[in-house]
Amino acid sequence: MKIDRYEKIWMWASGAMLCAFFATMAGAAIGSSIGPPSHVQTIDPQKVLSDPLFHQQGTWVDRGGRVHATIVATAFAWLPAQLTLPAATPVTFHMTSIDVLHGFEIVRTNAQATLIPGYVSQFTTQFAPGDYMIVCNEYCGVGHHIMAAKMAAIPRSQWRPTMAAPDVPPAHENGHDSH
Amino acid sequence: MPGRFTDRRLILANLWVALLAFGVGACMAVMQAMSRADLELPFRSPKMYYMSVTAHGILMALVFTTFFIMALGYVVVDTDRGRIPWPRFAWASYGVALTGTVLTLGTVYSFKASVLYTFYPPMQAHPLFYIGLTLLIVGSWGWCAEIIAAWRGALRERPDRPVSLALHATTANAMLWVLATLGVAAEMLLQLIPWSLGLEAKIDPLLARTLFWYFGHPLVYFWVLPAYAIWYTVLPREAGGKLFSDPLGRMTFALFLVLSAPVGFHHQFMDPGIPAGWKLFHMANTMLVAFPSFVTAFTICASLEVAGRLRGGTGLFGWIRTLPWGNPTVASVLLALLLFLVGGLGGLINASYAINSAIHNTAWVQGHFHLTVGSATALTFMGTAYWLIPKLTGRALQFELLAKIQPYLWFVGMVLFAMVNHVTGLLGMPRRIFEDAYAGAPQAIPWHGWTLVSAFGGIVLFVSAMFFMLVMLGTLFAGARVPQEPIVWAESLGEPAGGYTPGVWDRLGLWFVVAVAVAAIAYGVPLWHLVHMTRYGSPGFHTF
Ligand code: HEM
Ligand SMILES: [Cu+2]
Ligand SMILES: [Cu+2]
Repeated sequence: MKIDRYEKIWMWASGAMLCAFFATMAGAAIGSSIGPPSHVQTIDPQKVLSDPLFHQQGTWVDRGGRVHATIVATAFAWLPAQLTLPAATPVTFHMTSIDVLHGFEIVRTNAQATLIPGYVSQFTTQFAPGDYMIVCNEYCGVGHHIMAAKMAAIPRSQWRPTMAAPDVPPAHENGHDSH
Repeated sequence: MPGRFTDRRLILANLWVALLAFGVGACMAVMQAMSRADLELPFRSPKMYYMSVTAHGILMALVFTTFFIMALGYVVVDTDRGRIPWPRFAWASYGVALTGTVLTLGTVYSFKASVLYTFYPPMQAHPLFYIGLTLLIVGSWGWCAEIIAAWRGALRERPDRPVSLALHATTANAMLWVLATLGVAAEMLLQLIPWSLGLEAKIDPLLARTLFWYFGHPLVYFWVLPAYAIWYTVLPREAGGKLFSDPLGRMTFALFLVLSAPVGFHHQFMDPGIPAGWKLFHMANTMLVAFPSFVTAFTICASLEVAGRLRGGTGLFGWIRTLPWGNPTVASVLLALLLFLVGGLGGLINASYAINSAIHNTAWVQGHFHLTVGSATALTFMGTAYWLIPKLTGRALQFELLAKIQPYLWFVGMVLFAMVNHVTGLLGMPRRIFEDAYAGAPQAIPWHGWTLVSAFGGIVLFVSAMFFMLVMLGTLFAGARVPQEPIVWAESLGEPAGGYTPGVWDRLGLWFVVAVAVAAIAYGVPLWHLVHMTRYGSPGFHTF
């Protein structure tokens, strides 16, 4: 196949650029664990509210001193409706839905996860101090556009968890996904 | 007057469905664009909004595209082979697809299926919604059989010659569609239909989503490849030049066939239950499938330069000015190309493993696909209709002035609507929302100015769409009779004296096998893991 010289140069250049794009993403993913939440864990969606991890929602600190947030989504509300977190501290989110799909999004951050009934979403990230809004970004029905909650990140010294650590195996505590 | 097309009625029947879907879809769209910006409208309510977005998504993305693509495929086969292989079968397939469309839209318009065109369970629609969509797909399989049979006929007749690039592209697309629709057919037949009928109590939403996106990404290539085919085989000639590289065009379509399926996880980056490694693998494949688009960008620009210079353009950029910007077909396609440039680069961002989380499911996404399927495909199809309808019906374009203005209006409308949606997306506004107010939350306040601009863009788009409909209906019913010109595909630059001989990229049968193998690896392993986990399933919900 005869290919024009300039077209050949273009093909090599665009090929190289695409490889570079992939390499940056793969490098960040493998080197610094930067990537989307990809936790693999299932749960009976009809028993979420009696599950040891999810029967109560809010913030807690595990035996190792790490901060966690347990969140349940339902049409059309986030439980809890107000979340207060320590700023500049890694927080591991544990989330699931008890009805349809929902999309957890903290506006103007890259904290995001799809919540799928039957599966547990989990990621670890941290926030600068300030007030945030949590919205639902996966269509969930007629109230999708009102499904929002407030979140605040406050200095660690002033922060208190809202509940005791749930009685779950430590394997469930370690968010290995991070942003 | 005897038509030059043996299958003129079949082609027109498909085009009519496409046109009506487009016209109705556009009317619903303008109201959506205004509702999002919190502008009051008669009958405005959340229930109405989500029903409307469901109808708009289905009408535009599934009905308009599929029927237009089927019409175009029959045009290609009729042009190259003189007729389609089995006309009665083609009509039967058309009947099945149309019946399915009517059933699905019936459930949507009676508010029994506001589940959007992605219909993720466990939100549950009326069973006829799923059955109708399945029939639409079964009907389109009939079309695939026609195209592949015609292609084989051409090969058998002239084994020493490659088929036309237009038939090559259409066949690659038909093969891609067969491979892709297996996923959604499995989702429908094994999961959604039995569950919506109550035969199964529960459904696994992640398995359904995975099967959906196995189909969903090749679906976007199914929309875009016919537009590429027009850029390669019609645009160069209409612009007054030649195709720069025919062999690379063949490579492009074969590569799309191979690479478009094993990438679906880039739509599921945010999902639980799919291990990070497989997401990364699908991202790598996504970067690969961008390659043929880059090749296309070069070939099409070079072909346009050939045309511009033949028309007297000189200097580094002088050839751009001499292109026939006043020709509705050429203008539509050129403007579609410009919008696609932005949409395609945005797509690379969507596909990027670590950046996707900044824009996933925000208004950015809706901006993105209005530049791609809503412009690269839809505007190219409008330009194609301006070129095709006179050849098909022997009628001159009615209201030609509107046809000349229409592509520019679409361009301006998309800049205001879609490009602005990218900005609101970066500001975090979710997609698919009835209004942008969020009860006055401070984080939502910056969105409102932008949604107003995009509502204005939506009105401009609506006017453009209505101009297009006026030209189409005017031409079909009242266009002046003119002699029918035959369809002639663009000539290729540097074609050897005796014509091309078939090369490796012409062996679509082989590439189909490779495509099946690649898809089997990229999906086989993760699906095997998924179905072997302890999964609980979910009953259905009606939250709309
Ligand atoms: C008249 C011009 C058009 C306007 C004003 C328009 C406007 C809109 C609006 C406002 C939405 C809802 C966005 C949301 O709530 O997230 C939407 C969704 C959509 N549009 Fe369009 N659109 C137009 C043309 C098209 C075309 C030509 C296509 C494709 C061929 C298309 C495909 C879609 C799809 C696939 C959706 C997604 C529906 C969903 O999120 O479920 N649109 N459009
Ligand atoms: Cu929602
Ligand atoms: Cu995709």
